[in-house]
Parts: sequence; C-alpha cells; structure tokens
Amino acid sequence: MSSKSEQVRLALEQEVVGAGLKDVKVDFTGCHGFCEQGPIAVVEPEGIFYTHVTIDDAADIVQSHLIGGTPVERLFFRDPVTGEAIPKYSDINFYRRQKRLILRNCGHINPEKIDDYIAAEGYEALKKVLAGMSPQQVIDEIKKSGLRGRGGAGFSTGQKWEFCYRAPGPQKYMICNADEGDPGAFMDRSTMEGDPHTVIEGMTIAAYAIGASEGYIYCRAEYPLAIKRLYIAIEQAEQRGFLGENILGSGFSFKLHVKEGAGAFVCGEETALMASIEGKRGMPRPRPPFPAQSGLWGKPTNINNVKSLASVPVIINRGAEWYAAIGTEKSKGTAVFALTGKVANSGLVEVPMGTTLREIILHRRGHPQRQGVQGGADRGAVGRVPAGQLPRFPGGLRNAGQRRLHHGVGGHGGAGRGQLHGGYRPLLPRLHPA
Amino acid sequence: MVNIATANDVKTAPADQAADFDNKMDLILSAFKGDEGELIPVLQKVQLEFGYLPEKAIKRIAKFVRVPEVTVFGVATFYAQFKLVPTGRNVVRVCRGTACHVRGGARILKEAEKRLGIKPGESTPDLEYALETVACIGACALAPTMVVNNDTYGQMTTKKVAEILHKEEQGE
Repeated sequence: MSSKSEQVRLALEQEVVGAGLKDVKVDFTGCHGFCEQGPIAVVEPEGIFYTHVTIDDAADIVQSHLIGGTPVERLFFRDPVTGEAIPKYSDINFYRRQKRLILRNCGHINPEKIDDYIAAEGYEALKKVLAGMSPQQVIDEIKKSGLRGRGGAGFSTGQKWEFCYRAPGPQKYMICNADEGDPGAFMDRSTMEGDPHTVIEGMTIAAYAIGASEGYIYCRAEYPLAIKRLYIAIEQAEQRGFLGENILGSGFSFKLHVKEGAGAFVCGEETALMASIEGKRGMPRPRPPFPAQSGLWGKPTNINNVKSLASVPVIINRGAEWYAAIGTEKSKGTAVFALTGKVANSGLVEVPMGTTLREIILHRRGHPQRQGVQGGADRGAVGRVPAGQLPRFPGGLRNAGQRRLHHGVGGHGGAGRGQLHGGYRPLLPRLHPA
Repeated sequence: MVNIATANDVKTAPADQAADFDNKMDLILSAFKGDEGELIPVLQKVQLEFGYLPEKAIKRIAKFVRVPEVTVFGVATFYAQFKLVPTGRNVVRVCRGTACHVRGGARILKEAEKRLGIKPGESTPDLEYALETVACIGACALAPTMVVNNDTYGQMTTKKVAEILHKEEQGE
C-alpha cells in the first residue's frame, strides 16, 4: 500500500465504471509476496499478472485488456535473468516453486471480507473441530502433523499445547505472538494483513484444545494495517458466531482481544510479552515456570507465533498425514522466508522444509550476480560455516542434527530471513540436516 | 528510551494546563475499567490525544489504574512509543533495520537530519516535526524506507527525502 496501490485500485475502479463494464469486479487483496514488483494487479480468471502498475496504467488495462481482449504486454513480469516476459501468474518461477500454505489466501482474497475467507474453506477446520473432535484429538492431530513452532525455536506445537491442556486450573489463556521485531522479517505482518482470519481460526482451535476462554493477539504498534485488519476480522468473526460466546452452538466460548505493542523489541520474547499484556514493563523472567504452567497472570498460558497458527486450519482440513508428507523427516510442512537486502527481487516465499537456501535465493530470485557466486557457494556449503564468521547464520549449523537449521537463517532465533549483504558472499548451507 | 525535545525550545503550553484537559481525560478513561492490564492501552490513548503524556495525566492514570506513579513512569519510560514532553506534530521515522541499512538507510537518515536540522530523538523548535529512527518497520522489500505520520515511503533516495518533506510542509 505504501507504493500507492490504493490509488491504483481506485483508478482501475473509475475506469471500469467509466467504461460501463458490468461483469468486472475490482477488489484489493493482501500481499502477493513479490514486493519488488509492486504494485501488482492480477486479472482473473486468466491469471494475468501485471507488475509495477501505476495510476496511469489503469486506462490501458481496462481498454486494452478487459475490453479489447489484448493484455498490456509492457506491464508483464519480466524474468530478471532472461528478460523473458511471463504473462501468467502460474508460470512465474517465483510462484511455481512455492508451496503456499500459510500464505495460501494472501493475494487471492480481500482480507477485510470474511465471506472471501469462508469461500476459501475458511472456518471449515473450526467447524470440524467443534463438531466432533475432543481437545485431546485436536492435540494428537497437531502432534502427528509434526508442526513445529514457526517463531523460530521449533518446539513441537502439539506438545506445547498438550502441556497447557494438562495444566490444572479453570482459567487459561491463549496468546498469539505477533510482535515480529526482527529486522528484515515481515512474514507475520503479511500474513495478518493478507489473511487475518486464518490467524483467528488457528487461535480459536488452539484455545479449544488447551481449554482457554480468553485470548490475546499481541501485535507490534509498527504494524497499524495489520492491527486494523485484525480488529475488523475479529468483529466479523464475532458477528458470524465464529468467536465469542457459545461458538457455533458448541458450548465453547472464546473472547479474543488485540493488544498493541508500544515499541519494545524485547516484547517479542514470551515472558516479556506477557508482562506487557499485564500492563508492566517488558522485563523477561527466567523459566521455569513455563507459560504452560504459569503464564499470563500466573495462569496456564499457551503462546504461538502467527505462522504456526496460520498452519493449523490447513492441518485440520487436509489432515496431519498430508501435512507431514511435506518437508523432511524432522521438519514437516512449509516455512516462509523474507528475502531482503541486496537481492534483485525481494519479497516473501513459502517453501517446503528442506529446500536449500541456494534454491530460494537463486531460483526464485534469478539474480544474475548470484549465479556467478554459485560455484563458490557450492564448495563452501554444508557444515563448513565456522561459527561467528557470518553473523547472520547460527554457529549451530555445523551440527547436522541441530533443528535450528530448519527454522533459521537469521540470527535472532531465526524465523526465516535471508539477508544478502553486498561486500561478502554468503555461504549457502543447506536448510536441512544432510 | 525517552524522547526529549530540546526542552528550552518548547514553545507550547503543557497540555495539562488547558481548560478541557480534565474533560478529555474523563472521556478517555471512561472506555476502560481501571484494571492494571489496561495501563498500556490507556497510555496509548492518552498519548494519541495529547501527542505526549502530560504530567497531570500520569498522576491521574496512576490513580485510575491503582498503581504507584513511579510504576506508571517506569512503564512510560520503558516503551519507546511513549513521550513525556511535547514532540513535533509530524513524526518522521527513518528505518534503520538491516535491510534498509544495506540499501543505504544511513544516507536517508543523514539527509532527513540535514533537512529538518535536528537529530533523532529531537523535535524542531516550532514543534512541527520530530525525527526518530526505528529498528524495523517490516517493509523490508521496499528498503530503504521512511515513514511520515501514517504514510510509508519505500525505495527512498536522498532526493525523495527533500520532496516528501516539502510536500508535507505544503500540506499534501
């Protein structure tokens, strides 16, 4: 939106109305992930992908493409290496090799319309859970899927839920950590802005599993659009009975609040985050006790990252086995990466666990210079990154069993950021144990 | 970190001296219950109204939430968002995150400093502009970035800094 996409949308709307086209609908969506090419406009159902669209292009798109049937070639995406124009979304390498589960709806639905979400299988998982699954069954399914915390620590999500479920006490809390503070990371932001309902649905299912009646999404203040869309989504979900008292007539009640951060990076750490929700300074405290035993206001609490929660509806809908078939033996599912810095095409990609960094950076980015580096990277690959030489990569990469490999390319608990700095060539280790 | 305007240059009267201060506070607090957990949202709403946290407001909030004043001060000074002195009406934030840094964020900051004549953490003497740095606003693909109030500007150049600030002055 900062590239004036809202103005482009309005311009397109004006042109469509001006031309009297009745069967054309202009709508806005969340992030497509291909930030470098924005503003992006996609014409469905053909799936023609327009890049760098400006207000002045609106007339051409309507006249030439919508009315005349001739797509506007000059707006096509051009492969940065070959220069070839690729008109269709589905043919672009950047998208073709991705497996978008967390980001499945981003770029395809209007995030401010709950009906769009519902039409895309939205809230089916919640219905399935409340209609006939016990909390233990939900937990078992998530455990079976192999989902591991996407906040970067990679702890078994199902296991964590079970700890909280087993903890005694009538009052429990569910928290979503949306305080994405790592520089270079905007995966959580894009997920919340592009598909807030998936986070809500995931949280509600989690709350049911652990037995929480109240929840908080703690979102950093620097994400005002995400906050706005979360508020809208929560209100819509409450109106439709997916949140609040007696959800879908099941007897399960869950009240969800949004808490805005106040500019403290440390509040991304779970104990500081909880202190902040309690109205205190965000001072971390040692664990044990873990939040599952004693968290918010001393009550059993479960905290998950945005991306972990966004994965939950998919797992419930398609099944744990389906999800576990993606990825590697120790790391199931997909991960979202933010590629920023000195890359030709920065943006977000979602790939199965086990994908090598090289593939992400080179094949999805097609940056010619990087291809030159490939030879050197090959030699310097797997297990030879000395600790401390490249501050971006944890030293633990040497240890093939280190699960951090899956969950981080970044330094701060690593939730998947690839930062390419000019001036030295990053060695490209594999993302999964060899 | 506390944002301190050059205090000698503060020309406006403190907000808590204004006649409607108490009424405004009443209105803000009426939306809350007075639970300790509401402290941060209350501070955020008060700052949204007055542009900073006036001293009288802090006293009132402390009573409302039933915590010692020193606790409220502790919270207000812990979070970067809160200001204890009036700051510039328009906030210019230059991102100093890694992606922005790699794409020349430092130069953007220098240019902003030059144009506004202040350093990060300061406000212009007429309290029109405040300059801040942010660790990362999460628009990394558009690095380097700059935010003025609620507008995010990506792919910044030093030339754009001047253009944007000029447009702000013109009120566009």
